Amino acid sequence: MIHYFIGNLGHFFVITSFVAALVAFFSYFKATVTQDIDKKNGWLLNGRISFYVHALAVLGIVVTLFIIIKNHYFEYHYAYSHSDKKLPAHYLISTFWNGQEGSFLLWMFWHAVLGIVIILTNKFWEGPVMTVFSVVQAFLTSMILGVVLPGLELKIGSSPFILLRDAMPDPIFTVQPDFIPQDGAGLNPLLQNYWMVIHPPTLFLGFAATLVPFSFCMAGLWLKRYREWVRPALPWSLFAGAILGLGILMGGYWAYETLNFGGYWNWDPVENAVYVPWLILIASIHTMITYKNSETALKASIILVISVFILILYSTFLTRSGVLGDASVHSFTDLGLSGQLLLYLLFFLVAAIALAIIRWREIPTSKTEISTYSREFWIFIGATVLCLMGFQVLVPTSFPAWNQLVESFGGISNIALPGDQVEYFSKFQIWFAIAIGLLSAIGQFFWWKKIDRKELVNQLFGPFVLAMLGAVIIINIARVYNFGYVLLLFAGLFTVISNGKILYSIIKSSPALSGGSVAHIGVGLMLVGILFSSGYSKVVSLNNTGMLISRQLSEEFNRENLLLFVHEPRDMAGYQIEYIGERIEPRYKSGFVKKSDVEYTDDPYTVVAKRDITFKNRQLYKAGERFEINPENTFYEIEFRKNGKVVFVQYPRLQVNPRFGNMASPDINRKATLDLYTHISAPMTEEAKEDWSEPEEMTLKRTAQFFANDYVATVESLTRIYELAGQKIDSSFVAIKAEILVRGEKQEYVTEPILIIGTQSRGGIIPGVIPELGLKISLMNVHPQTDELTLNIYSRQKDWVVIKALEKPFVNILWIGTLVLMAGFSIAMVRRFREFKLMKAKGQE
Amino acid sequence: MKKSHIFIIVIIAVAVAIIVSSTNDASTYVTFTEAYQMASSGKSKSIHVVGDLKKDASGKVIGIEAGADKVSFSFVMVDEGGKEQKVYYNQPMPQDFIRSEKVVVIGGYKGEDFYAEKILLKCPSKYQEQTLNAGV
Repeated sequence: MIHYFIGNLGHFFVITSFVAALVAFFSYFKATVTQDIDKKNGWLLNGRISFYVHALAVLGIVVTLFIIIKNHYFEYHYAYSHSDKKLPAHYLISTFWNGQEGSFLLWMFWHAVLGIVIILTNKFWEGPVMTVFSVVQAFLTSMILGVVLPGLELKIGSSPFILLRDAMPDPIFTVQPDFIPQDGAGLNPLLQNYWMVIHPPTLFLGFAATLVPFSFCMAGLWLKRYREWVRPALPWSLFAGAILGLGILMGGYWAYETLNFGGYWNWDPVENAVYVPWLILIASIHTMITYKNSETALKASIILVISVFILILYSTFLTRSGVLGDASVHSFTDLGLSGQLLLYLLFFLVAAIALAIIRWREIPTSKTEISTYSREFWIFIGATVLCLMGFQVLVPTSFPAWNQLVESFGGISNIALPGDQVEYFSKFQIWFAIAIGLLSAIGQFFWWKKIDRKELVNQLFGPFVLAMLGAVIIINIARVYNFGYVLLLFAGLFTVISNGKILYSIIKSSPALSGGSVAHIGVGLMLVGILFSSGYSKVVSLNNTGMLISRQLSEEFNRENLLLFVHEPRDMAGYQIEYIGERIEPRYKSGFVKKSDVEYTDDPYTVVAKRDITFKNRQLYKAGERFEINPENTFYEIEFRKNGKVVFVQYPRLQVNPRFGNMASPDINRKATLDLYTHISAPMTEEAKEDWSEPEEMTLKRTAQFFANDYVATVESLTRIYELAGQKIDSSFVAIKAEILVRGEKQEYVTEPILIIGTQSRGGIIPGVIPELGLKISLMNVHPQTDELTLNIYSRQKDWVVIKALEKPFVNILWIGTLVLMAGFSIAMVRRFREFKLMKAKGQE
Repeated sequence: MKKSHIFIIVIIAVAVAIIVSSTNDASTYVTFTEAYQMASSGKSKSIHVVGDLKKDASGKVIGIEAGADKVSFSFVMVDEGGKEQKVYYNQPMPQDFIRSEKVVVIGGYKGEDFYAEKILLKCPSKYQEQTLNAGV
């Protein structure tokens, strides 16, 4: 039965939220332009109520959509396309933002939350700021409206509450309109990762937070309060910078753990589309702080704050309109919203620029020429470098949009991003990064003291020498002589040391002001971490055997990958490594299970334990117990030993999914100074697994020892069984199971071939396979009279796998640097929040 | 001349330099014929070719051959000018490859063969089935 009510309810919420946002916009607008105090308060109240209604309706949409997903109402397109019944509860949450409609919803949700915070904390600014908020919300809500304008055939928005039969023209719906699929199409397994549960909400909170400074800026221009808007906007810019930065890094960390391109950043247009606004946001924070302290750079702040929000809209347009389709691996669906997205972008672009131009002459500027030895000058240079750094990424990323623009005017443009994006962007960005490193080392000194040339040299001499020394030592150890890398290393160390010096001198007297130096130490650490983990990363899985893995593969592949056979140790990266075998993972218990320890059933998700299963001396399952597994994942157990002792075990993963394709995810051994990053580059194919030799037939005494593919083996028992894979065996059959123990090099294996003899019809043979030994044994016959049995023994190549491993030194410095940067942001935020409380107490905000 | 004017001129110069260098380094979208001409005239820059996978009359993708160990594969692509070309790719088949509506290969000719360094896919609608795998 189709659950119409819940979808209608959701749709009702969508329309309510849209209308309420429009009403809120109108009311807040009136409240801002009305002079009469009573009327003004009336409009304000109106606006506030409408915005609360809007926020409630947004919450309603969220809850309704979640109910649909949670209860598996597959008659709804959203639930069908993005989830299935097997999905655990926490991934049902990621289903929520897997689709475009859901991610718009997430964005709106954060705007609604932030809007309420603004209403509750601001008195003076509520009217104008919320006017901007409401109009943004109206635009966003229209994206999920899903309404077709009658007569015009113009579709506005794409609703998440559309029924499957309306979204997919499948013939089954003409025959059976009430058809509901049994199960959904499922969530991309790559996204079934805990980072995908928290990364999108963080990123969207960062996106949403950039609206706040933009709104304050617009409000300031509108009300001609050119100076006053900076104060309340600044803490929000800091907040946005911290959250957006955190979100970006989470995405990078997810890529590092899940994808096998060997890094955390790929310079994909989708990544660039967030990176650029973040850089400009950081630049705007710097100019705003400068303005707060010295009344300069107000115009620059206005331009930058506007740019950040426009860039956020632009990146939304790029990633969601389908413009990037030919240029990005994250090919986004065009939901037919490109026109609407463009309108959204152009509206704010034109409105913001127009307002700024109208007010431009009135904006106060400082007339005095900036001295080269003033902090304003250096911070301004720093902000400029950040902007140029972003601009360099923005230009090539915009190529696809440029092509479209030229084509829409009838021209021909076919420029594309360079083939090797990582190399291309890195070669430019490294120089900007060096400049940032040097500037944040020097700039901070200007910040704290008004100093002249002599004093500056005095102050900087110590850190300079220390950083030089550090760089020289590291270069000699790591032996990387690339000029750019050397400079970046020095710049990073210089920043860390000189800001450390400043931190040391101010931490006692005024710890609340330490945000800046802490954040810059974080930046320095990040630069060093990025340099090491990327620039100094090296392949360690070198093929020293002198044998090619395959002629068909490139020379590079043969050189940089290792072929491992089960239980045949190899030397790599100072370890003796040994491939142990293929493993599967239980769904509800942590640990890994040998593939040969379980029997598969008709349901790919359910297996039966053949024997007691333990993992690290912990019993997971008893023999005969049924449990669920994730069938698409196979893990390859690889032991790393030193001096004969196992130091650690890695389980790189291969995900085989017919719908989404194969994906290798690395396992990473983390040490303080070095990550060892291993991933599968070629698994043993199904063909190779079934490539058995001609059988060797042997008839032997039940108690005799025998050789199976050169391994000593004995028949432990011979029993009649009455059940097979949980099914009772028909009484017209006799089934006999042989328990055979094979002594491998490392451990004993048990395999249980089964012979089924039919009294009326033909029986069957179920062989026992030990993939680790490349051995298959079939029980062909039993001879009770002579106490003998006949076995067929097959052999093949032992299980193998091809791996690639990389050493990434000091990745941890990058992650630590990120945390330090966040800490710096937090300290600064706390300081600005205190300032805000003071101002509020005075009744000024 | 004020210092700020010099500053602005420097910024504009850098910005122009960035734009010029980006367009110089940019790859281009071309057809296989143009790509072949570029390669034979000695330009080794990697280029983008947009096209479809070769399909038979019933719409089934044909011409895909797996390499020996299934870690590499080749396929036949038809570019927008209708030219067919065998493309080699030294990596496993990407996600959604068969279902893709449009393929972009980035790479270049080595002799008569086109080697892709990277493949981008445009799926009819990613993560959304066009037909139901109806478990009735």
